[in-house]
Amino acid sequence: MLAHMTQIQPELAFATRGNTREIWGTPIFDGAAARRGYPLNKMCYSFNDAANREAFRRDEDAYCRKFGLDDAQRAAVRQRDVLALIDAGGNIYYLAKLAGIFGFNVQDIGAQQTGRSVEEFRAMLRAAGD
Amino acid sequence: MARIVGGIGTSHIPAIGLAMARNQCDDPYWRPFFEAYKPVRAWVESVRPTVAVVIYNDHGLNFFLDKMPAFAVGAASEYRNADEGWGLPTLRPFPGDAALSWHLIESLSAADFDLTTCQEMLVDHGFVVPMQLLWPNAPAWPVRTIPICVNTVQHPLPTPRRCLKFGEALGRAIEAWPGDERVIVLGTGGLSHQLDGRRAGFINKPFDLYCMEKIEHEPEMLARYSIRDLVELAGTQGPELIQWLIMRGALGTAVRRVESNYHVPISNTGSGLLLLETAA
Repeated sequence: MLAHMTQIQPELAFATRGNTREIWGTPIFDGAAARRGYPLNKMCYSFNDAANREAFRRDEDAYCRKFGLDDAQRAAVRQRDVLALIDAGGNIYYLAKLAGIFGFNVQDIGAQQTGRSVEEFRAMLRAAGD
Repeated sequence: MARIVGGIGTSHIPAIGLAMARNQCDDPYWRPFFEAYKPVRAWVESVRPTVAVVIYNDHGLNFFLDKMPAFAVGAASEYRNADEGWGLPTLRPFPGDAALSWHLIESLSAADFDLTTCQEMLVDHGFVVPMQLLWPNAPAWPVRTIPICVNTVQHPLPTPRRCLKFGEALGRAIEAWPGDERVIVLGTGGLSHQLDGRRAGFINKPFDLYCMEKIEHEPEMLARYSIRDLVELAGTQGPELIQWLIMRGALGTAVRRVESNYHVPISNTGSGLLLLETAA
């Protein structure tokens, strides 16, 4: 298993305290991301309503434009690219509503982000229990 | 006076609600998870709670990023569930207790906690799934509820230290209520999981087990972590531990572990279940 996936012992945390450090492969949804992703997340929030989900399905790009998504955000939606959606400011809880329209569950999303097959991703989750 | 009879730490992930809706609780995947709830349900039945204070986070049903309160307290006589967008069935409304809510709001404000008060509040899976787990077949919800929603969505999040203190103030507030309510406090979410990023799927069993051990008699050990520590140790969604810390703080110093269970994986999560009873 790669070093960054290794389970970390609790005692280590105190050596590295502080609330700003980067953590590999781990997006922090902070003010910068919240500003960047506002239109994208606002669109995803609208998907709580079934009629809006239907409107998105009818014409995805028109729906994205209605919420003011920029080129990078619209491309990420078109490509169903979760990492790109996150880079473009998407918050995972809001993106989950978009992913639901595409029929992706959280294992599908995890597999895509980690470059694994869904079965490999599930096996990795199971292995965490050993 | 009102009395806190105990607290329960539990996962609230939506896959649990889906499994219940699809009658999959006895499937090999789910059975070890749901079996662990049977003694907890029996305990709940035996202590006959009248009120459940539910500490959870909203995942984009009631709150959007236009306004993101650190601590939001329900102050309504009823809370509705609604469509979250990806197929979890909507459950019947939950009765509230507006008078007790306002007492808690007054007490917590007097203890220097600034709150958002919500006379209308939709409750999402973070609140609903734990209720469903404790009362899966009840024809009507047998308790009145007080939702307390914590921001674990948009950083900065409340610190673990502040959350433990919030819980302590909440406990004092509940026990100062001049009624005969029997209250349980639910700390929901966690334990380690990460849905987003290249490290998605990260679960840290040793850290989860450490948290479940320390939270009983040394919760201040967990309150020392920064949010960033919790993200590193328990994944991007791991800071939901702060909701367990609020629950734990509310119980006071004298607690007894009645049940505990840890199971990996449930969906993408290391799932903890902990029942702590307060000393009579």
